[in-house]
Amino acid sequence: MDPIIRIEGLHKEYETDAGPVPVLKGIDLSIDPGEFVAIMGPSGSGKSTFMNILGCLDVPTRGKYILNGRDVGTLNSDQLAHLRNEVIGFVFQGFNLLPRANLEDNVSLPLVYGDVQKSGRIARANDMLEKVGLAKYARSLPNQISGGQQQRVAIARALVNRPKLILADEPTGNLDTRTSGEIMALFRQLNESDGITVVLVTHEPDIATYAKRLVKFLDGSLIYDGEVSEART
Amino acid sequence: MTVQMLIEAWRAMGANRLRTFLTMLGMVIGVGAVVLMLAIGQGAQYSVSQSISSMGSNLFIILSGSSTSGGLRMGLGATPTLTVADAQALSELPEMSAVAPVVPGVAQVVYGSNNWSTQVFGTTPAYLTVRNWTIAQGYPFADSDVRSATRVAMIGQTVAQNLFGNEDPVNKTIRIKQSPYLVVGLLSAKGQSLDGRDQDDTILIPVTTAQRKLFGTQFQGTVRFIMAQAVSAQMMPAAEREMNALLRQRHHIREGADSDFTVRNLTALVNTAAQATRVMSILLGAIASISLLVGGIGIMNIMLVSVTERTREIGIRVAIGARQRDILMQFLMEAIIISIVGCTAGVVLGVGGAAAANHFADITVVITGASILQAFMVAACVGIFFGFYPARKAARLKPIEALRYQ
Repeated sequence: MDPIIRIEGLHKEYETDAGPVPVLKGIDLSIDPGEFVAIMGPSGSGKSTFMNILGCLDVPTRGKYILNGRDVGTLNSDQLAHLRNEVIGFVFQGFNLLPRANLEDNVSLPLVYGDVQKSGRIARANDMLEKVGLAKYARSLPNQISGGQQQRVAIARALVNRPKLILADEPTGNLDTRTSGEIMALFRQLNESDGITVVLVTHEPDIATYAKRLVKFLDGSLIYDGEVSEART
Repeated sequence: MTVQMLIEAWRAMGANRLRTFLTMLGMVIGVGAVVLMLAIGQGAQYSVSQSISSMGSNLFIILSGSSTSGGLRMGLGATPTLTVADAQALSELPEMSAVAPVVPGVAQVVYGSNNWSTQVFGTTPAYLTVRNWTIAQGYPFADSDVRSATRVAMIGQTVAQNLFGNEDPVNKTIRIKQSPYLVVGLLSAKGQSLDGRDQDDTILIPVTTAQRKLFGTQFQGTVRFIMAQAVSAQMMPAAEREMNALLRQRHHIREGADSDFTVRNLTALVNTAAQATRVMSILLGAIASISLLVGGIGIMNIMLVSVTERTREIGIRVAIGARQRDILMQFLMEAIIISIVGCTAGVVLGVGGAAAANHFADITVVITGASILQAFMVAACVGIFFGFYPARKAARLKPIEALRYQ
């Protein structure tokens, strides 16, 4: 089976007045469909930059990134947008829901950009809200529900376009321990029952244990790649 | 997609109602000013063109004089040199459609217990053609009346009003300077002339009657001036040349000597007035356009603020699959909605203002569908033009920077 993510010799440098600052120094990584990968590393280790590149929000300085069989480096901005819309679902630390839109509209937003008809959008958004257990709040605004619920809505939004890959950047960073556990259980369920590939960034070892595979970054390089259970955390 | 965009644009605008309202107000005032100024400008042009057509078109006036008597140059019309026969000769030129000699004067007219001082023109039936004038009731006097110098009159609306009130003046006898005249026709209303005189305060009688019976003339058959109408505007230069040549020949004026008459092109004078009005309305429109421009800059200003405020939202949208043009369209849509709603209100304001100007200040206004459409198009263009830069700025935000924005 072809890997959903294949990265070879990935470099990322930021231009500053003092010259280029390397953030990622030659990353090689391959992730197969159905994997559940946690990325860990201290602040400044390059894990967020790596996630942005994985999510096609940023481009590498050098190296190859093949997502779902397509070489991302050769795509234009519209094709990247299409990829983000169809293949990837994003979950952020700060939930990032649109404050003025109700949950139904928030969840159906990716479908708007995917050119799905209005009736189809509403139906699918409600299915997803149902899946994360928030169907009865479809007409509520994000600020009328709790943080954990907002993150569930964000997950529903990430799922609505039936992506192959979910990228979650510190999804439990703003949540308490109990809610964090619920969110992680949801990710695990999506991974195991629906076969969705999940890649998440976290700095909490407890959270990382929900994953099956652990990747550790330090100073822009991969220093560990293996089973979560075998890692000394 | 588009419907969804409209809904979202509406929602975004609703999030800050006061700001949206103030932005729109700029457009409302701008468009209102344009509509109002166009209405007033076109109203002025309409008044002038009304005056022009009431005066008659392709018009010449031929004045007698000036003559030199003992080194003293007399004013125009001082020496009567033109005659009814001159007018007759001029009317035979192919370039002329109608020529009427005029002997003007002022006289007291009486009917029953009413009396009125008015302007009396001795002329021929051709005068009606020249002045583009029609008879409202009765009939005009005929060329035979001119030949036999009968005491008949056509009277203007103002004269009829003052002498007859609501009574029908036709076939009544009035007295002009004690002599009885039969009113054969009532002239249609003509309104004010360009210089503000009431053209309806006039009585027309046969030129011969005026010469022999009413005013008398210094010399047999002379008239004060002749009014002439050329066949068309294109014929006017040729007509002027031909009339000069013919009259010089008839008056036995030697080569190189001054003419004892002057041919004036009245239409040229009127065109100058029309030109001035046109310049005025362009000026009004230009000033109003500046306020529209200011309104547009207001839109741009607010859209820029809005883009900055919603940077994070733009980041989210891009992350979940919005293309650059989706973001561009979203912000452009907001600018266009503001413009179009503002424009609609502006048109209402402008039309209302024009109606008020017409009602309270008695200013002639003309509002055409074309001018409203024009204002609409301009407003839409202003919205697109001033909304485009902020929208493009939003579309070009880097997604990671937008997402990181607090």
